[in-house]
Amino acid sequence: MSNVTLQHVTKRFPGVVALQDVSFAIDDGEFFVLLGPTGAGKTTTLRIIAGLERHDGGTILFDDEPVDDYAPADRDVAFVFQQYSLYPTMSVFDNLAFPLRSPLRRVPVEQIRTRVRDTADKLRITHLLDRKTAHLSGGEMQRVSIGRAIIRDPRVFLMDEPLSNLDAKLREALRVELQHLQKTQASTTLFVTHDQIEALTMADRIAVLDEGCVVQMGTPDDIYDRPTTTFVARLVGTPRINLLDTARENGVLTVKGSSMELRALSQELPASFLLGIRPEDVTPDSEGEFAGRVALIEPLGVETILHVEIGDQTLLSLVPGMTPLRTGENVRFSIVPDRLHYFDNDGHRIQL
Amino acid sequence: MSTEAKSHVSETARPAVGGLRSSRRALSDRAIINIFIWPTLALLIAINVFPLFYSLYLSFTDYSAIANQAPVWIAFDNFARILASEQMWSVFATTGQYVLFSVVLQLLLGFGLALLAREKFFGSGIVTTLILAPMMLSPVVVGLFWKLMYNPTFGYFNYLLGFDNPALAPDWLASRIAGQPTPGLALLAVIIVDVWMWTPFVMLLILSGLKAIPDYLYEAAAIDRASSWFQFWRITLPQVAPLVLIAVLFRTIEAFNKSFDLVMGMTGGGPGDQTEVVAVNLYRQAFLGQWQTGRASALAYMVLIIIIAISNIYIRNLNKMRNQS
Repeated sequence: MSNVTLQHVTKRFPGVVALQDVSFAIDDGEFFVLLGPTGAGKTTTLRIIAGLERHDGGTILFDDEPVDDYAPADRDVAFVFQQYSLYPTMSVFDNLAFPLRSPLRRVPVEQIRTRVRDTADKLRITHLLDRKTAHLSGGEMQRVSIGRAIIRDPRVFLMDEPLSNLDAKLREALRVELQHLQKTQASTTLFVTHDQIEALTMADRIAVLDEGCVVQMGTPDDIYDRPTTTFVARLVGTPRINLLDTARENGVLTVKGSSMELRALSQELPASFLLGIRPEDVTPDSEGEFAGRVALIEPLGVETILHVEIGDQTLLSLVPGMTPLRTGENVRFSIVPDRLHYFDNDGHRIQL
Repeated sequence: MSTEAKSHVSETARPAVGGLRSSRRALSDRAIINIFIWPTLALLIAINVFPLFYSLYLSFTDYSAIANQAPVWIAFDNFARILASEQMWSVFATTGQYVLFSVVLQLLLGFGLALLAREKFFGSGIVTTLILAPMMLSPVVVGLFWKLMYNPTFGYFNYLLGFDNPALAPDWLASRIAGQPTPGLALLAVIIVDVWMWTPFVMLLILSGLKAIPDYLYEAAAIDRASSWFQFWRITLPQVAPLVLIAVLFRTIEAFNKSFDLVMGMTGGGPGDQTEVVAVNLYRQAFLGQWQTGRASALAYMVLIIIIAISNIYIRNLNKMRNQS
């Protein structure tokens, strides 16, 4: 396995700049996730690393060696596509064996057979080996296409939203399997997703991409607990973070359109800014200093989302288990003061 | 004035509308089905089914449509005579060569053109459309102007091949080179025109198959280090194979039957009987000279059996392919 470095990579398509000065480094054996909304340039980044797309500026290095001029075959990467790109006329066995049968590789037939068996065992698709791929379910197809990637020993795994076409249950199951595989093989993996849960659960490190730029890079903890912009803060975490227009005056923070007033922890805050509160930091509490009204309850089983109205503002609150509260009831709640986030009006984090 | 007219219309129209509505309701679905089906069926029986069975009957008789005599039942004599006739075997051989060469050439050229037309380049849309032009022309017209192209004195074909002395150049349709008889030349000339005319059709079918292959298959293959040769054999060909088979099926059937217009337009079967394919021979027996209607019917049935047999082989393979993928 290799480490992968992108330096100032830029890509333009007619009329749009798809990637703007993208730089990051993936360590050997690291599970690196590119997270961003649709159209952020995640897939383009992946395709450029694979060599399927040519970048207009910057350099890509594998093990500190530039690979810019290498064709996809010479880069020795494995790619898992979003649309399970299986060869439709071949059996599962032939699909798995396909990369090994390349005339450029010359793997002996016996070895091909054992490696296909091993891979099929790992992904629990041994019983499907003789089937034609057209008769497989979505989950089975994606297992096969993951199998086609892990059957060889590439320098890096590139995965383009491999789980997004699967239903929720399968997605969770395959997510765990992928993570397990990656950890046991210590493979360098670049995983693209728009699903923040996949990113947070699987990644060693995450790079958040927006409109072709890397907005933030860090561990899942960094991204969740210290989002550098309101964009990142909104992107990760469900339910979504509460962002409230707030004014500071004489050491008191007043949330606009409500009666919420907090003591300012710092004098460095500007007169007007955005206050970010994660829903799990808003807790109903009979002793709480704030009063509101329950506007809506969304029970999810393990936890419940409360929509609390306070003046013109609605705060989301996440409480464990079920709640005895009823819609329309008045409720007192408290917030965790040292877990508040502050953003200036341009959306950048104010570091205190 | 206009309001007056309007009220007048509405008053008289109302009962009529009501009447129409009730009569429409009276038409049951079954009645509507009958109205549509029976005329079609009657027409079909009159011009398709009846001639089919009548000619089957005639194929077992000695009959001429211009002789004022009733058909005489002779059982399998017509078939036996056709199979025993050396001339007929030569006609079948000519047809076989014609079908084989034109279909194989059309397939190879059509596949090549389709691979080229798949690439996007400046003006590729226009070029593809222009390539399709020949198959939109009438075969008779094509035959006539290729006759001009092949003309040894002023035709373009020889000129483009580099002959500048008409006396030494091949006279394609007369099967002569520099005055010397060269058998097969006229058949080749007709095959060239058939290929020119119908390659675009094969290209169109195969192109539609090629365009349906998703790009990511090739991308996956490129990453899997498959050579372009390997990609062609393992991805492109299996994916378009059903369409190739359909193209071959269509062209085979047409080369059997519809070669008639082209050959008649260019050589009329000549020189001698060098380009006399089955369709032309059939026409001669049926409508020239003695009008051997019975014998021509027998020949037509033999062609039908051959075509059904060939089609069956193709369709079976096609189904096999469908089941595989």
